[in-house]
Amino acid sequence: MILQAIAFYLFAGVTVASAVMVVFARNPVHSVLFLILAFFNAAGLFVLLGAEFIAMILVIVYVGAVAVLFLFVVMMLNIDFKAMREGFVSNAPIGVIIGFILIVELLLLVGGWTIQAPAIGAIATPIPPINEVTNTEALGHVLYTKYIYLFQAAGMILLLAMVGAIVLTHRTRPGIKRQVIADQIAKGHMDTVSVQKVPSRSGV
Amino acid sequence: MQELIMTYGIPLAIIVAKILAIMLPLTITVAFYTYAERKVIAAAQMRRGPNVVGPFGLLQPIADAVKLLFKETILPSKANIIVFLFAPILTFTLAMVAWAVIPVNEGWVIADINVGILYLFAISSLGVYGVIMSGWASNSKYPFLGALRSAAQMVSYEVSMGFVIVTVIICVGSFNLTDIVLAQKSVWFCIPLLPMFVVFFISALAETNRTPFDLPEGESELVGGYFTEYSSMTFALFFLGEYANMLLMCAMTTLLFLGGWLPPLDIAPFNWVPGIVWFLLKVGFLAFVFLWVRATLPRYRYDQLMRLGWKVFLPLSLFWVVATAGFLVYFDMVPNAG
Amino acid sequence: MQDLNGLLLGYLPIVIFLGIALGFATVMIVAAYLLAPQRPDSEKISAYECGFEAFDDARSRFDVRFYLVAILFIIFDLEVAFLFPWAVALGKIGMLGFWSMMLFLGLLTIGFVYEWKKGALDWE
Repeated sequence: MILQAIAFYLFAGVTVASAVMVVFARNPVHSVLFLILAFFNAAGLFVLLGAEFIAMILVIVYVGAVAVLFLFVVMMLNIDFKAMREGFVSNAPIGVIIGFILIVELLLLVGGWTIQAPAIGAIATPIPPINEVTNTEALGHVLYTKYIYLFQAAGMILLLAMVGAIVLTHRTRPGIKRQVIADQIAKGHMDTVSVQKVPSRSGV
Repeated sequence: MQELIMTYGIPLAIIVAKILAIMLPLTITVAFYTYAERKVIAAAQMRRGPNVVGPFGLLQPIADAVKLLFKETILPSKANIIVFLFAPILTFTLAMVAWAVIPVNEGWVIADINVGILYLFAISSLGVYGVIMSGWASNSKYPFLGALRSAAQMVSYEVSMGFVIVTVIICVGSFNLTDIVLAQKSVWFCIPLLPMFVVFFISALAETNRTPFDLPEGESELVGGYFTEYSSMTFALFFLGEYANMLLMCAMTTLLFLGGWLPPLDIAPFNWVPGIVWFLLKVGFLAFVFLWVRATLPRYRYDQLMRLGWKVFLPLSLFWVVATAGFLVYFDMVPNAG
Repeated sequence: MQDLNGLLLGYLPIVIFLGIALGFATVMIVAAYLLAPQRPDSEKISAYECGFEAFDDARSRFDVRFYLVAILFIIFDLEVAFLFPWAVALGKIGMLGFWSMMLFLGLLTIGFVYEWKKGALDWE
């Protein structure tokens, strides 16, 4: 039990510290690296809750895919950091307001849960105990049948993201020769070589 | 105090002993794998290979390690030193930590977690960071280009790897690696899922940047790829990490498709042999195939590599997921139904 | 099957392993740094550039194609993430679960066909 507590404070502490560093790091690439550290420790927190699947998906999707994209973008833009900092003071009030709204929302949410304690008992699908069914299976049992509409909506969003990404970034360049393997294979010697009958003493 | 040692100290010591029992042999095997690579390629090219240090050149990897240890660690002036040094440490650590969930025999595993295969998938998806970080931190053109190429390549083949893993899980109904192996008691998955076995193995070659997909370190154009600027132990850690990753991919293929520690036939002469021997034999064979492929095949072109990943492997493995699931559901053969 | 405590104890070795491996790698680098003579000079520690002086910043802008690959990777990775629990629970969720996933995959196949036709998968 004490081990669990130590692990919790370790993971939580590192998560918060690296989240702070994401904001304060001077170099955006360092920010992304700290973000990855934060994700990683959040995954550790999920494991402590017994949510193994979510922990692994957090690492696979967020660290393994989303953060790679962030790194690509940050590296690609090659941002001039000094120019970025110039707008800091003028934009600060907006940032403070957004931060304040977020905090109020969080407090309302947490307050709502603690005040209405019976609400927890009214959850539609309680998690089955961990020693009967593994976490992932429990998720699978409800995700595709009970929450089918949400699941399909996720599919739609992914489709939209795919189409959107292509529309925004893809440019067909003219004048590029592509390799068409089927054509290469289908090509026989008859298409490329022709036998000419050359009458003697007259040349081609 | 006495009680503290009994309740925490002894289990902890056992865990550490187990970890060292995996890590030390693994590091030594990796070192000798580089020797094996040179010998196998030499044999394929009718040369002798390393044969000076020790009998048959067997001490060559040790000589290499000592040499690298006594070389100067070059820290490029324009590099971002912390990230530059952390990249090889990360590569090596990930390659080692993944082995924590690999069962080498029934019950012989350090951490028998429920989501073993997901853990391996997650660790292998983190491998791309060592590459990107080293390429960016070096602040030099060749490493940067090599890292970009390598990252795009690893990412492309990871998708089809994910689908292949899903196919296997559909047949098993569990993420636990021990369960996956035990589900192959009657028949190894490489037989019913043969195309997926091939896709997985080729993707493994691409994930580890091996020939024919070794463009990120294509010497003729990119010098050494993302580790051009590395020297001494930082280079050695990259090297060890990469070869440990190759062995890890072989172990994963063995667990998913070749029945892990199970003997080929569960009859008298075969099942006398302990499981770990079978496991090592299978991993060794696949590791040999890695080298064999390198000695045989030329390098792919980048557009061909991307085409193979996105236009061949991805649709094929996606189709196979649907086909496997459809088959099992139609014939009512889905594992743990009810 | 096990309770939460047993589950967490299963992860303990991984954390210890992580610590040992990190420590080992760091010790190796520090050892090499201490053992080997360090005599850097400006030529030695400048970026490698096949003979000539390094010009220009190495971290230049690169093709947007890499970005597209990364986005497509995220989408397919999420698809795989949705497939994992489905693969485990397939026996329990019956025909509805099976067909709901088929619909999901069908949607994404439409996207896949679209990007194929658009030529987003070609690398030139």
